[in-house]
Amino acid sequence: MTRTPDSEQRVKFYQTGTFTVGNRLLDDAQRTVQASVERANSIDSGHRACQGCGEALGARYVVDAALRAAGDKLIAANATGCLEVFTTPYPESAWRLPWIHSLFGNAPAVGAGIAAALRARGREDVRVLAQGGDGGTTDIGMGCLSGMFERNDDVLYVCYNNQAYMNTGVQRSSQTPPAARTATTTVAGSEPGNELNSGKSVPLIAMAHGIPYVATASVHDLHDLELKVVRAMEFRGARYLEVFVPCPLGWGSRPADTIRVARLATQSGMFPLFEAEYGEITASTKIRARAPVEDYLELQRRFAHVFKPENAHQLEALRQVAERNIRRFDLLADAEDSL
Amino acid sequence: MSNESTTKPFAVTLEVGGSLLNKTGSWRSERPVYVDRLPPCNNACPAGEDIQGWLYRAEEGDYRGAWESLIAHNPLPAIMGRACYHPCQDACNRAQLDQAVNIHAVERFLGDLALSENWPAPVGASTSGKRVLVIGAGPSGLSAAYHLARLGHQVEIHEAGPLPGGMMRFGIPRYRLPREVVDGEVQRIVDMGVKLELGSRVDDIPALLESGGFDACFVAIGAHVAKRVEIPGPDVARIVDAVSFLHDMETGDAPLQLGRRVVVYGGGNTAVDVARTAKRLGADPVIVYRRSREQMPAHDFEIDEALEEGVVVNWLRTITAADEQGFKIEKMTLDENGWPQPTGEYETIEADSLVLALGQNVDQGILTSLPGVALNRDGVVEVGGDMATAYPGVFAGGDMVPAERTVTVAVGHGKKAARNIDAWLRGQTYSPPPKPEVADYEMLNTWYYTDAAQKVQPVLDAARRTATFDEVHTGLDAGNALFEARRCLSCGNCFECDNCYGICPDNAIIKLGQGQRFEFKYDYCKGCGMCAAECPCGAILMTPEST
Repeated sequence: MTRTPDSEQRVKFYQTGTFTVGNRLLDDAQRTVQASVERANSIDSGHRACQGCGEALGARYVVDAALRAAGDKLIAANATGCLEVFTTPYPESAWRLPWIHSLFGNAPAVGAGIAAALRARGREDVRVLAQGGDGGTTDIGMGCLSGMFERNDDVLYVCYNNQAYMNTGVQRSSQTPPAARTATTTVAGSEPGNELNSGKSVPLIAMAHGIPYVATASVHDLHDLELKVVRAMEFRGARYLEVFVPCPLGWGSRPADTIRVARLATQSGMFPLFEAEYGEITASTKIRARAPVEDYLELQRRFAHVFKPENAHQLEALRQVAERNIRRFDLLADAEDSL
Repeated sequence: MSNESTTKPFAVTLEVGGSLLNKTGSWRSERPVYVDRLPPCNNACPAGEDIQGWLYRAEEGDYRGAWESLIAHNPLPAIMGRACYHPCQDACNRAQLDQAVNIHAVERFLGDLALSENWPAPVGASTSGKRVLVIGAGPSGLSAAYHLARLGHQVEIHEAGPLPGGMMRFGIPRYRLPREVVDGEVQRIVDMGVKLELGSRVDDIPALLESGGFDACFVAIGAHVAKRVEIPGPDVARIVDAVSFLHDMETGDAPLQLGRRVVVYGGGNTAVDVARTAKRLGADPVIVYRRSREQMPAHDFEIDEALEEGVVVNWLRTITAADEQGFKIEKMTLDENGWPQPTGEYETIEADSLVLALGQNVDQGILTSLPGVALNRDGVVEVGGDMATAYPGVFAGGDMVPAERTVTVAVGHGKKAARNIDAWLRGQTYSPPPKPEVADYEMLNTWYYTDAAQKVQPVLDAARRTATFDEVHTGLDAGNALFEARRCLSCGNCFECDNCYGICPDNAIIKLGQGQRFEFKYDYCKGCGMCAAECPCGAILMTPEST
């Protein structure tokens, strides 16, 4: 099965497309959770995320959809990081669901503990979500995360990937892309920015655990993201969802461009959207309007140096990343699949 | 446990609270505001239709509502959906995405539906007690009469001809505009209480204003006098003009015996109409035009359709003389300014007759009764921006005033004149509302629109096109019309897609419910601008905060 962006939606509206959040011509049930005035707004107004924060948006998308899928019976464990700091500066909190603070690296273990407690009390109706940024999840929390996966604890773990440690001042993480500038991979020397051929794919590591469900999503494609949350909530056991969330501050992009940057990341092949069940890839979201990698990079100051002639090899390396993703995850639509 | 420890969670020493205490709106340097920009289709419409507005209703399948919105500006949608050259579609932003929305076809669908369902036009509730005389029952006069009736005035149309419609009946052939459509839409205006006097030629306007007790007058007599050119030769009887030819086709007066080989002289839409009509009468028409195809004033699609039907066009030719067999033709060449220059090379074209389609002048007879009103150097009557002539209380529009001579422009004149006459009757001045900024393609975020090719209207097969006067283009069916309406991008006007509501990272937008649109919560909006960037139709504007 392959999933084109609108294959789930039988009604096509040529004006509004099937890509907008809602549509006045559709029944409420067919619109996204975010289109509904009854959405949970799990992160309320007044949180202190920067202008145009992709993570604030991505987290609300995921948790609102998970709340609806769980019939509002959901507990969230949160790793330390931006998401925690901007939502919950003591004694305020923007969260509107049972939510527990944890350390930088142990949110998967805290989530697993909550799931164990619920099981012990026979509360199968209450579901558990654990979440964090890429630093807390893929670097510091990797051991806890792998443990949660291999024990197949009944937790949906969500990683909001903004590709660096933003809360502490934009330091490199294992998710920082090649050549990107951070506070610790400065633009200096013959290889400015982050090293090429570094980092790792945690979705693929999660798949290697054979857990029931692994998926990647992006804030620019809400329909796709919500479908994946709903699918994840249909499983019991360990599930992993990685959401691509641009960070205007850390990436040097305009706050207004957050969705656009995310869109170009997927349309250029730099961030592949796919799903896997029990270690096998089951679907990939096809590129709808292929964009050159440069279109994605030029919106972000962290990549400004790759456009200099002396760094042409870095630009080429980034192009190769996109090309490999496109091949590996089969991101181009077949002719007969295309709209 | 003490009371205190039961009201506060363990180890909490400060009052806990939600984030709503934190008014993040104070961070903002720019504020988003909802705007209604002017869609390019509306901007291009000579009749001033709110095209995006009526398509919006049609998208919901509310055809009655769509039609009522349409006729608030244009009383003749079934005619316009056929005869208009749809400049709206040339301006349509969707053309830059795939193809323009087939607005013309949806308009015709709504117009035909209204005729078959017998939907009446609304009449103004209050009657003003004022009487207005309209001279000429062409598109401009009918439009003015209709709008004046809606505004509560008593209207009487005096038409010199035997049937109403003007050039819609005596200029546009029936294969483009069936007469029952004209009859139906005229009848709807008459049913509003507009009095229509046919065969009533007015020579003295002030006298009729006086005797009829009229308070104002709108003159729209069109331009029916054919321009002629001297062609020396023995038999001038074989030369007729296009206006008379098309008029006689309509009145059923013995169709002129043109013979088999007909030359049509001219390059405008009328020349093409004559040639296509002659083809349907069994002749072999040849159009002779002194410049090249690119410079032909006729619309490209009309020339294409004529060529498809077997009409022959000779470009860069002038007719210099007539002889026993036909006409002497001189070849032309274009100079560097694009003007045709004679070459001295001649050829002969065998023909039985010649139809002159060289344009039309305004009959100035009626104007002699109006002191101060006369034709200008271009042969038309000068009017002000309010359509008023130099004679107090007399307004003019349509083909007799300086403008492009199309049905749609005429309908627009009628509306504009009606509004100004209404104001004049009340001793006021009509000032149209200011036009908002045009919604350019660059203001749209087209990612959110699905690719969808235009629905094309079926075309009559070639055999029937050259042998009958059946309508060449058929209409869209209900399914196609709905599809086509939904292709509208709603440029510059919110269509409630919920994008802003969904993508605001700060929940700073209130969704007010169907038809009510949205509102910003400026207490929390940080001014990131994502809503404006991701609004598909460009209905959100970021403006700097004043402080």
